[in-house]
Order: sequence, then C-alpha cells, then structure tokens
Amino acid sequence: MNFLTTEPVRLLLSLLCIMAFVGLNAAYLVLAERKGAGRFQRRPGPNEAGYGGWLQPVADVVKLLSKQLIVPPGTDATLFRLAPLMVLSPAMMCLAVVPFSETLVARNINVGLLMVFSFGSISVMAIMLSGWASRNKYAIISAARVVSQDVAYEIPMLLVVITLLMMTGTMDLNEIVRQQAGGFWHWNFFKVWANPLMPVTFVIFFTCMLAETNRAPFDMAEAESELVAGAFTEYAGMGFGVFFMAEYANIVLGCSLATVLFFGGWQSPFGLWPGLLWFLLKLYALIFTVIWVRWTFPRTQFYGLLNLSWKILIPISLFTLLLSSAMLKIFHA
Amino acid sequence: MKASLLEVPRGFWSLLVGMRVTLGQFFKPVVTVPYPRKTLPIPARYRGHIELTLDPETGRPLCTACKLCERACPSDCILVDGVKREGEKKKSVTEYHLDFTKCSLCGACVEVCPCDAIHFSKNYNLASTSKADYTFDLVERLKAGKKPS
Repeated sequence: MNFLTTEPVRLLLSLLCIMAFVGLNAAYLVLAERKGAGRFQRRPGPNEAGYGGWLQPVADVVKLLSKQLIVPPGTDATLFRLAPLMVLSPAMMCLAVVPFSETLVARNINVGLLMVFSFGSISVMAIMLSGWASRNKYAIISAARVVSQDVAYEIPMLLVVITLLMMTGTMDLNEIVRQQAGGFWHWNFFKVWANPLMPVTFVIFFTCMLAETNRAPFDMAEAESELVAGAFTEYAGMGFGVFFMAEYANIVLGCSLATVLFFGGWQSPFGLWPGLLWFLLKLYALIFTVIWVRWTFPRTQFYGLLNLSWKILIPISLFTLLLSSAMLKIFHA
Repeated sequence: MKASLLEVPRGFWSLLVGMRVTLGQFFKPVVTVPYPRKTLPIPARYRGHIELTLDPETGRPLCTACKLCERACPSDCILVDGVKREGEKKKSVTEYHLDFTKCSLCGACVEVCPCDAIHFSKNYNLASTSKADYTFDLVERLKAGKKPS
C-alpha cells in the first residue's frame, strides 16, 4: 500500500484510470447514444455485433483504427495532426480535479473549478485549429461558427458559476461537495433559500454545457446536414474518432461538473452510503438527459442560437447573480 | 415587454412538454422487426407483380388467352399466347411473359381480366443484379408451384 501511495505511482495510476475511464465512456456512450436514439424512435438500435449490440463499440474502434490517417495535400500537417489531441487532452486533464468520491480524486487542488474552465476553453481553439488546418471552406465556416457559439455560451455559464461560487466561497470541488452533505435538500440545486432561482441557474448551466460540448440542438461544429461534417470534414479514421471521443469526454466532464456543483457530487440524497455509487448514478442520469435532449429537439438555426444566449441566458444569469449577491448581503452579512 | 418576458417560461415549458413526449416513446415497445429474420404480415391489398390463378377444378390456369390484359397494359410489359385445344370451348394459355422492369403495378390487367385469371402476388423480395431476373414466365411459375405469396 505504501508503494501505491507514493507520488509518481499515484500520478501514473490516476492518469491511467482517467484515460481508461474516458476511453471506455467514449466507446460505450456512443453505443448508449445509438441505443437511446433507437428507443426514442421505437426501434432497437444497433443489435447485430455481439449479444444485443454490446460489441458494437469494439467493432467501431477496430474499424477506425484500421483506417488510414489521411492528411490531405495543402493542409498544415502539424496543426492538422495536433488539433484532435488538443480537443481531447483538456477534457482529460480537467477530469483530474473531479471528485468521484471523497478520496477518489486524482489531484485535489483548491482552484479546481478555475482549472476546469481555463482548460475547457482550449478545446474551442483546438476546433478552430482543426478547421483552419484542414484548408476546407466548410471546415472554416464551421470553425468560425463554433468560436462565436462557444464564446457566446461561455459568458452565461461563467456568470452562473460565479453565482454558485458566491454561495460556496471556494473553488475546491471536493469542498463544494462536502458543503452539500446531509440529504438532497442541501444540494445546491434545491438551495432556494440562498437564491430562489437556483433551479433556473442549473437549467442555464445545463444549456450552456450542451452548447459548449457542441451537442444537439447546438451542434454547429459538426452540422452534418449542412456542412458535411463541419470542422472535422477532412479527418479520416482515428483522427475523426478522437474528435468523437473528445465530444463524449466533454459530456462526461460537463455532467460531472453539474453533478458536483448542483447535485451534491458523491453525497447521498438520504444520507446513506455516500460515495462513488451516487456520483456515477447522478452522472449517468445527467448523461441520459443529454442524450434525451439530443433526440427530442431539432437543431436550432445559428441566429436562434445566438439570440438564446445573448438575449435570454445572459440577462437571466446576470439577474440571478445580482439576486444572489443581494440575498447574501441581506441575510448572511 | 410583458409578452416577450412571458415568452421565455412559455418556451421553456414547451421544451419540457416535448421532452415528456419523447420519454413516453422511450418506454413503449419497439415497433420495428429485424427484417431478414422476422417479417411483418403483408396487407391483403398489397400489389406485387401479377401471377396467374390456378383453376382448382382442372388444375390448369384460369386464363383463356383473350389478350385483354396485353392490350390494357399501358407499358406493354405483358405477352400472352394460347392455343385452342380439342374438345374445349375456350382457348387456354401457353405463354404468359411479364416484363417487370417496365410494370408500374397500375393493375389495369387485373381489372380488365374477364375471368379473374390474374392476381397480384405478395412477392417483394426481388433484389437482383441482372435484368433477366425481372422477366417472369408466369405459366412456368405456376407449373413450378410457386406459392402466390
């Protein structure tokens, strides 16, 4: 046990665990997504590979790995190869500070939340790089849209997070979870006495999370019906596969963050057995909601998307920020 | 002002209603079948290519080779020939060729037939890479005892 807790071994183990967690999640969330899509449309979904389709991700990965990684002529080869990694690695890095349970956290730093958001903004640039390096007009149009979308949705998301931070008073994710101990009415989502608009802030957070991860109904990055595959048009084989992995890694990250910030992380709703189980339950319930939203709503048009952010989400989140600070001043000062 | 403010909660509510609808579908049973292994029953009025009808008394086709169907066909895809046999009042069919590549399943032949000698089959598994597979010798098919399904 002493050997396992030494710092380099611990680092290596957590790195391996996070990579395995992200990889498995990406592979099996694709299956879950397709199965879910099938159920929402009342068909069985993929059911040929393995029993009931359980080997579909394996088949997908083998197919993608066996494909040639084509770098089209005229592209910026270095950036072209670098972009998928730059999309995926920030999401993996951010998972290092997510507390899966009280002790199961790769690196508990006291500015965890800040780190998540600072690394999270790299993936926007990486998608822009991929569009730029592809030397393809669809890719560049899509990359431009991604940037304006993600900038637009970063603002309400950060405002909501600031609202939350004023209540918690710390950026340490594990500490935020610890503050929500003692039953589900202590979760930030239900803390209506601190701010009556707490559920609204969660909805804003969730919407922005969908937009930041470029998920339908905000999937302007891929936009397969109008921009071929958007910023990823020129990518083949595992290059494309890594973008897909990054999308799901970002979903996992966004949902774990929502779990930590609003639903009490690894805390149990009734004070029973707090730990990893509850965290994963909440995480996958939120991921199911993400899939559910995707297969319910059609994609918005681009101006509708920006209108939603600038005209609705930002004013509301500013209002909640003001309300929350006023309530803090009046009742807790 | 008030209307545009009210639009936000109303819009959000409509999103929730939409999500409730899809969740309802999620828990309902699957309606599709895994096709090559399971098939759905074909509706009674399904129009496949035409097929000759057997006369259960004589064991021969009901067709009298009157060639009305050949004339009625708007795409000239039917070719009929028949002979008059000894001791029989009506002619009987010897050749009945259907070029299914041109047929549009309009049903004029079935409608015009005076002795109900042709009917629509329910044969829909017709994928092929060669054109010859779509010209049917209906008399041969009937002799070979292909089920009119």
